[in-house]
Amino acid sequence: MSAPEVARGEDGRVLAPFGRRRGLVVSTRKVGAYVLLEVADRDGPQADPGQFHMLATVHGWGGGEDERPYLPRAFSPMGSSGGHLWFLLEDVGPGTHRLATLKKGEALWVTGPLGNGFTLPDAPSADEHPGGGRDPAFGGARRPILVAGGIGLPPVMALSGALAHRGIEATMLLGFRDAAHAQVAASFAGARLATDDGSAGHHGYVTALLRAELERDPHALVYACGPAAMLEAVRGLATGNGVPAQLALESGMACGYGACFGCVVPLTAGGYARVCVDGPVMAAGTLRSVPAL
Amino acid sequence: MSVTFCGRQLEHRVVNGSGTFDAIAAERAFGPALRAAFPFSAYVSKTITLRPRDGNAPPRLWETPAGMVNSIGLPNKGVAAYLAEDLPRYAMLPVPLITNVMGGTGEELAEVAAAVGHRPEIFALELNVSCPNVATGLDIGAVPSDLEAVVRRVRAVTAKPLIVKLTPNTADVTLCAQAAEAAGADAVSLINTLRAVPLHPDGRGGRWLGSGQGGLSGPAIRVVALAQVAAVAERVALPIIGMGGVQHGRHAADLLSAGATLVAVGTESFRDPRAAGRITEELKALENAGRARTPPGGQASVCP
Repeated sequence: MSAPEVARGEDGRVLAPFGRRRGLVVSTRKVGAYVLLEVADRDGPQADPGQFHMLATVHGWGGGEDERPYLPRAFSPMGSSGGHLWFLLEDVGPGTHRLATLKKGEALWVTGPLGNGFTLPDAPSADEHPGGGRDPAFGGARRPILVAGGIGLPPVMALSGALAHRGIEATMLLGFRDAAHAQVAASFAGARLATDDGSAGHHGYVTALLRAELERDPHALVYACGPAAMLEAVRGLATGNGVPAQLALESGMACGYGACFGCVVPLTAGGYARVCVDGPVMAAGTLRSVPAL
Repeated sequence: MSVTFCGRQLEHRVVNGSGTFDAIAAERAFGPALRAAFPFSAYVSKTITLRPRDGNAPPRLWETPAGMVNSIGLPNKGVAAYLAEDLPRYAMLPVPLITNVMGGTGEELAEVAAAVGHRPEIFALELNVSCPNVATGLDIGAVPSDLEAVVRRVRAVTAKPLIVKLTPNTADVTLCAQAAEAAGADAVSLINTLRAVPLHPDGRGGRWLGSGQGGLSGPAIRVVALAQVAAVAERVALPIIGMGGVQHGRHAADLLSAGATLVAVGTESFRDPRAAGRITEELKALENAGRARTPPGGQASVCP
């Protein structure tokens, strides 16, 4: 689906134009507990699923709660086409609050796409990527299982679209706090649902669904995005079952392009990796843990 | 709009603050566009130490009103790997290189400075003196006599231009600037971040950052930078790299009129990777319109 003019770096990622650019809010829509933001980004290249953008509003960025926000915020689009990007937001702090209250026609600063994306199962030579998020075990006939928790849905949704486009069947497991949050999953026919309070789908965590799936058939590969505790559980299940997993991590970031060294996660090999440039998609086996940041 | 700094002609007056722009990572994100539109007139590396450092445990960031606190902990691969792996890549940038160095002791710092000082790719050294004196626990850069001793040690091992990055976390920054001048520094840069302790948002009074404390940067410290740059400019003849909360050309012009020869952009680059390019254009427009005062020393500030 990538437009032909998309430039890729040596490690395969879609390169971002240098500098932030203006985007325009085309529409906003409440979907249950979330807000769906459609942004016209005519100058931006098409992102790979799992990559992210740094967003800030052109006006009124600052002056909210505690005179924040000040820094841009990182979001993976849930979809993009024809120069439009779709972001899913949950109003949980001064940055997401400002973004969630945007009106049609307001301007945004957009930087991206940044970071690496998911490695698709049939992508050639996945082991040639030194970006830290690549796992040579990916490939072959393993069945993809996509796991999303709450606001971690967007990159997983983008990935499911890319898999469908390639004719690859995947199992979708989606977890939410409650039915109001789960409303956004309505468009996923065939996805299996879990809610913390049991108001929709399985009563419990989505990782319980994943455990059952892996017990039934461990010849799988896992893609996941969600809260740190969920990803940590997925990491444990995957590494415990010898199943390769790619985790799309979230972290507070100042810059999104490797400048500030603020968004680090601990590695099994020792030391830290930056979520923004070495991730946000990282192989579960490379992570010592998924810290809540 | 070019300027001479420590004997070197730079294309304009805007550089980066150490540790606020990783050119190698930025090239991974932006590709060849980075070098084609490189926004700084000299590139300052992050701090290099003798041995590799992982950096501090996360969390490392905290957003404040009009700024942020960082507690990164100077992660770097150590001077040997820096010279072998990173320097050849930095040398491909279209601007002169300034390498920022730090040492836990005077010997360590002299060793790093000597190793770096021998490399022809490097134009100048910047000393990070915001590290504790092992004997007293006080920051070397906060105590004029300690600072003078350390700068003398480094001065003895390199002929390259020597910039001392002054800390604002001291009683009187002008005494530290004078100590640096007396010890043979060629320039000073200021201000470094202001010491800061954000608390955990759970409200129980615990500290948020993994290391407990960090440094405040961004627009919140701009007026502190203006005060300290002006005070230092009054007391020493050295060229000054002024920094602290620069977001627009106007802020850069203000630091220049306070006495700086160059201006560094740091935190604003986090919000926009090309911010320094925009700030340079804005500064040039102000200068062309006669709305920016020429800094003391004129266009040709040269190191003594």
